[in-house]
Amino acid sequence: MNLPIYASTGQKVWYYSFRVICGLIFFFLIAPILIIIPLSFNATDFFTFTPEMLRLQPEGYSLKHYQDFFTNGDWQNAMRNSLKIAPVATLIAVVLGTIAAIGLSQSHVPFRRAIMATLISPMIVPLIISATGMYFFYARLGNYMVDSLGMNANIVEYIKIVLAHAALGIPFVIITVTATLVGFDRSLTRAAASMGAGPVRTFFKVQMPLIIPGVISGALFAFITSFDEVVVVMFVGSAKNKTLPWQMFTGLREQISPTILAVATILVVLSVALLVTLELLRRRSERLRGMSPG
Amino acid sequence: MEQIQTLNGVPLKKQIARALFKQKMRALLLIAPLLIFILITFVIPITDMLLRSIDNSIVSETLPQTTTSLETWDPKSAQLPDEATYTTLYNDLKQAVEQKNHTKLGTRLNYENSGMSSLFRKVGKDVSKMQASLSYKEQFLAADKAWGDLKTWNLLKLYSPEYTNGYFLAALDMKKTPDGIERLPESDRIYLNLFARTIFMSIVITALCLLLGYPIAWLLANLPMRTSNLLMILVLLPFWTSLLVRTSAWKVLLQQQGVINDILVWLGMISHAGRLELINNQLGTLIAMTHILLPFMILPLYSVMRTIPPSYMRAAKSLGATDWTAFWRVYFPQTIAGIGAGAILTFILAIGYYITPELVGGTQGTFISNRIAYHISSSLNWGMAAALGTILLTLVLVLYWVYDRIVGIDKVKLG
Repeated sequence: MNLPIYASTGQKVWYYSFRVICGLIFFFLIAPILIIIPLSFNATDFFTFTPEMLRLQPEGYSLKHYQDFFTNGDWQNAMRNSLKIAPVATLIAVVLGTIAAIGLSQSHVPFRRAIMATLISPMIVPLIISATGMYFFYARLGNYMVDSLGMNANIVEYIKIVLAHAALGIPFVIITVTATLVGFDRSLTRAAASMGAGPVRTFFKVQMPLIIPGVISGALFAFITSFDEVVVVMFVGSAKNKTLPWQMFTGLREQISPTILAVATILVVLSVALLVTLELLRRRSERLRGMSPG
Repeated sequence: MEQIQTLNGVPLKKQIARALFKQKMRALLLIAPLLIFILITFVIPITDMLLRSIDNSIVSETLPQTTTSLETWDPKSAQLPDEATYTTLYNDLKQAVEQKNHTKLGTRLNYENSGMSSLFRKVGKDVSKMQASLSYKEQFLAADKAWGDLKTWNLLKLYSPEYTNGYFLAALDMKKTPDGIERLPESDRIYLNLFARTIFMSIVITALCLLLGYPIAWLLANLPMRTSNLLMILVLLPFWTSLLVRTSAWKVLLQQQGVINDILVWLGMISHAGRLELINNQLGTLIAMTHILLPFMILPLYSVMRTIPPSYMRAAKSLGATDWTAFWRVYFPQTIAGIGAGAILTFILAIGYYITPELVGGTQGTFISNRIAYHISSSLNWGMAAALGTILLTLVLVLYWVYDRIVGIDKVKLG
């Protein structure tokens, strides 16, 4: 990878210009995300750096957009809705997904390919199509639950979104958990069984601790999918269930307010936290499976 | 030859088969709850939508007798249907008006021929005034001359069947006429152009992602582990950042009063008056979507490049290949699998994108998805939305199948 001493001038020029090109691409990837962080502390309502900000004068900066986020009823409501929906959708996706992934990783599964393709399809089908299908079907499902089962309309709305989001999160759980199970040593469960542990006990005491990193990273994916999802929730939900991304979407489409930058910054911090967690999990998983951490 | 038996006297072969069967059942039992869940929450809703694209039962349900009596009417005779047909029309409409269904039918037929909506809205009042003692045919003709127009009756006959390909034809800029299927006049064609634009822009986005992603993937795969893990964060952070955050970032940056234009003015590259229009057009969609989808290209490329031993390149060079030949003849062919995986994934994701084109695309940078959303929430032409959706879905599923063949769907790498 390093430039050999015998490199010709042309090779040297290419070596350095290649690095510059890569640097520019990295800049393209990361700069748009980082630039909104200082912009969110803007004391004015503009979306660019004011002269005061460039001179690093404290007057140029303020927390007023954050204050708006934390006091504005719409944003708070949206935040609450997101936090109500995502964990439950994640829980459903993780429980069903993990059990199914264990089933899928058995050595003899009939129709494995077809089943796998079906379970992963929510990730591949364009969201607008999922949203369209769910829009029609869930409306009828919801009416049925309200009219025939006599359920509370608000709860039905909530259930509809949770089910939809769980379906969207499942492919991620399946992918991450099956990936962890690939490295799983089957003789461990056999050893547990030979020592008299039942299947349930074997699962919780032997298998689960080993695949837990995969399960958690699947859960994080499912969580972020639900937390970040806007198309399906706009079609399936009602205005009462407005989530954070939905509120951002409306904000961006209609009256773009600088509060969005504050929200965006908070979400970036959240994704950094998720990323760190995921990296730690990956290392732990590799250690558990006896691979050297990278 | 004696059969091998197990301890309890059962042939071994049978016992193994039984154990295998049990194992298969156990696997299926574990998968079953999720499969049922996905079928109900996802597969059935989508199938339901697909059926909607050919469903046309509204005509025969609202006008059951009329559609039956129109079966014997020959549009080529160039004569209006007989009195009996008008009588059935009266009976059907009377009932429809009572149930307030006539306007819905009008809306449905209006998609095929504008003017139908007002005709059916008006007929509600007309029907209540009609008298049984007079000829219904004459009363209808007197109420609105559209009832004496062959076109109206042709339309009713064409859309009598319970299923129709009308929405699909409309989605392909075509139209049903009594003489067969015709293309719409040039000025009315929108969907084929929109499909072409969606596919073209998705290809451009995929190509841009490949162009930008290839060097990055190569660098990450060839740097020492410690450095490449650090740089990987720069790829993974955008991947993990909310889509809305990235879209809002671009919306803020690309504005005419935004940071990029400010910098260009400050550098003196453009004048204050000549600020560039970077957003609400195709350029905006291209920039923002390339940024959003780039990680999906880099990650599969990286995972393939990691497996290519660096000694191959060294061997090629020691045999006298120039840098370029060694790359093009030895390294590049080994990355084709990664390019295929990344390109198909990026393309699939791009072609169905909705949020980003909606927010930064203006009118020229929108995709077919935006049109589907429009038909669902604004024009309420759900059959049309379903037909467009079905075409898009077919396209994606074909690519999904190809992807599964080439890469294997369970080998998708996440992060």
